[in-house]
Amino acid sequence: MSPTRISGSISTDDGALPPLAASPHAHGGVSVAQVMLRVMLALTPATLFGFWLFGWPAINLFAVTVGACLLAERFCERLMGRRSSLGDGSALLTGWLLALSLPPWAPAWIGLLGGFIAIVVGKQVFGGLGQNLFNPAMVARVALLVSFPVAMTQWVVPQPLFSAAAPGFIDSLRITAEAPAHPDAVTSASLLGHSKTELSRGVAIPDAIASGPQALFDWAGMRTGSLGETGALLMLAGGLYLLASGIIRWHIPAAVLAGIALPALIGHAVDPARYLSATQHLLSGAALLGAFFIATDYVTSPNTPAGQLVFGFGIGFLTWIIRSWGGYPEGMAFAVLLMNALTPVIDRYCRPRILGRRRDGRALEPTPLDNTGGA
Amino acid sequence: MGFFDKIFRHLARSEPWGVHPDERKRPASEAPIRRLPVPPLLYLPLSQHVGAAAEPIVRIGQKVLKGECLATATGNISAPVHAPTSGEIVAIGPITAPHPSGLEMTAITLRSDMEDRWAPLDGLADPLAHSPQELARRVAAAGIVGLGGATFPASVKLGLGHRSRIRTLILNGSECEPYLSCDDRLMRERAAGIVRGAVLMRHATGAREVRIGIEDNKPEAIAAMRAAADGHADVHVCVVPARYPMGSDRQLIIELTGIEVPAESRAADVGVLVHNVGTAFAIHQAIDLGRPLVSRVMTLNGEALAQPGNYEVPIGTLVDDLLAFAGGVRFEPARLVMGGPMMGLVLPSAKVPVVKGCSGILALSAAEVARDEPDACIRCGSCTRACPVGLLPLEMNARIANGALDAAVALGLHDCIGCGCCAWVCPARIPLVQAFNHAKGELAAHDRDKKRTDATRRMAEARAERLEREAHEKAAAAARRAAERKAQKAREAAASAASNSEGAPA
Repeated sequence: MSPTRISGSISTDDGALPPLAASPHAHGGVSVAQVMLRVMLALTPATLFGFWLFGWPAINLFAVTVGACLLAERFCERLMGRRSSLGDGSALLTGWLLALSLPPWAPAWIGLLGGFIAIVVGKQVFGGLGQNLFNPAMVARVALLVSFPVAMTQWVVPQPLFSAAAPGFIDSLRITAEAPAHPDAVTSASLLGHSKTELSRGVAIPDAIASGPQALFDWAGMRTGSLGETGALLMLAGGLYLLASGIIRWHIPAAVLAGIALPALIGHAVDPARYLSATQHLLSGAALLGAFFIATDYVTSPNTPAGQLVFGFGIGFLTWIIRSWGGYPEGMAFAVLLMNALTPVIDRYCRPRILGRRRDGRALEPTPLDNTGGA
Repeated sequence: MGFFDKIFRHLARSEPWGVHPDERKRPASEAPIRRLPVPPLLYLPLSQHVGAAAEPIVRIGQKVLKGECLATATGNISAPVHAPTSGEIVAIGPITAPHPSGLEMTAITLRSDMEDRWAPLDGLADPLAHSPQELARRVAAAGIVGLGGATFPASVKLGLGHRSRIRTLILNGSECEPYLSCDDRLMRERAAGIVRGAVLMRHATGAREVRIGIEDNKPEAIAAMRAAADGHADVHVCVVPARYPMGSDRQLIIELTGIEVPAESRAADVGVLVHNVGTAFAIHQAIDLGRPLVSRVMTLNGEALAQPGNYEVPIGTLVDDLLAFAGGVRFEPARLVMGGPMMGLVLPSAKVPVVKGCSGILALSAAEVARDEPDACIRCGSCTRACPVGLLPLEMNARIANGALDAAVALGLHDCIGCGCCAWVCPARIPLVQAFNHAKGELAAHDRDKKRTDATRRMAEARAERLEREAHEKAAAAARRAAERKAQKAREAAASAASNSEGAPA
């Protein structure tokens, strides 16, 4: 028996040292691409529901938006002479989230422009993945909303795929490309928009909803709204999957939802004619999409539990304030951007305590030896 | 320390620290310890411990017996080196160090005579009747150092305990590093010796009780140690959850006593001492049998190895000899590591000796060490959650990447224990530990430079002062001499004037 001895590069006989490698010599196996993939998986049910609900134009818009993001990402990296990072899935995810926040029948140029704004202005000018201060999808959504308020508030009533009224694939191309003025019968208002408009005319909210179009609110999601708004319960399911798989933690979503629900409960209890109920708030607009998928963006949110609670609650509360008193019916995107700006400050003040030190960084006092310290 | 602080503390610590790496302890942990026959040549570095290197007391050509002292401790923190077998000293000189640098270190080379004859041993018949100081002295003379990997001279720690009123002595049997099972095997097979060592250490430190912490993934070791501790009222076997790095002093102390050791303090300051179970066994052998530390149990593991297992190895055995005895390698390993995969050091070659602090040799395959190119940090915060010390690895890494080492220190760089949890979880595969070690090294070098320039400046100042003083003294002396000469002249003038005047009337 002659056991195999180590030879070659490992031995010093040839004088060569193996390449230096720092510990640890093992890895947990999670990668950035895997994380992004999980998030996309969680988004899939709500997205498919949206596709079905709004038909081919929505699918076209989704494809254009995502494509624009990928193109913009590659374009910027080309300019900067960097290797392609399309494989990490982050640009794809940005496009996906942006598409979910757009009106489903928005014209192609909205998706195209949005995609470029998200990636170029929202992400790459900061230095690419991990460097951006603001959520790229929300930067794009807000830029579009402020610049093109009409195109960004054209909501169509649900026309499920394969139903009689739904446009076919060929028709959908015309809708996506030319953005014809949709006939009145097709457009409608979302719950938040309708109640805001009616309220400004002096109509109390319960009356406004009662007299409003049918598709305002529906538990099953058969309602007007963006792709990510209608399938609210599926969005919630996706969020719970992210929680269960450990991709996100409960702090941000819980704080966002609490930040919306608590003031909504109080407001609705005080004056139901003026304020929507907590349920309507939570299942409308981008509340669930925002709480589970937008606010939880790693790059732009604080990274300690305490900071995340502050951050999340701020988003929720600002969202409710904008919805209730602001000029726009929906405020999630604004709230996210405002709290993004505060993230560095929050991170600065919400640091974990270092073991053996007090919160202010000084070393702990040794415990007196006479205490019984036994567990 | 009010209400909000409590809430904050709870929020900040709402999830447990640490990680759960793939254990990979089997099948190595299931085979009994095998004794390695003495190899023909042993290489004994003079510095196998924290502190000053030992000083050789043997000549080339001298014949020595097993257990004979070859090099004595120098200074307060040091440890002697003993002959792991009988034979002849053939060289005292530089060899490649078992360290990633591949630098040289001085070692004594011993050629075995293949007889393995012990020197006369003098064990204590009734050690508990002797003073703690006497036990500590014998532990020191036996060259015992912390066998968990820290290699701090054990006697110094015992003496420390005696000075600072130790309440609890903790034996660390958690062995949280993946792949390693040498402590596990030792506890299963030599539990009585470990408990005996614990009793001796309790006597040497004056501790009131002994707590032996073992992770719950070692049920056989727990059972064996419980059986051995039966009948010792003050020795408790405590099961701790398996979580890396449970074996880190501060983490284990919190788990077993609830005491948080303050930063910049030692465990002894809060009445706790932590020793490895292997150290306890070595102390039992040194005191009861008079055997110095000349061998240790270590794990050989990794996909490249033909027969992973645990081996009792004479200190100074070449890794190459050790691997050959264990059936050799099945293929060229991608990396040879001394220690566990989380904190172990890469070996520059297999032609380096096993030292006292070596708990394992891993021959890892390319698949086991595979690491993709680092991506950009996505600030996911996994590292923050994993850090057992409560640091923000991502923030420290960003500071270090920008060269702002002081900012990294302000974030707690010096509290980092280098456990590797952060780099292990990082989805972007950022080599965080490497960055921190680099920064610590830079800061240490900077410190040394600063000390040196300070010393130079002090010396230059002292010299200037001295020159000035000397010039001053010289001037003063010259003035004094001038004055004296003047006075002398005046006296002489007066004298001659007097003699003249005396003569004048005559």
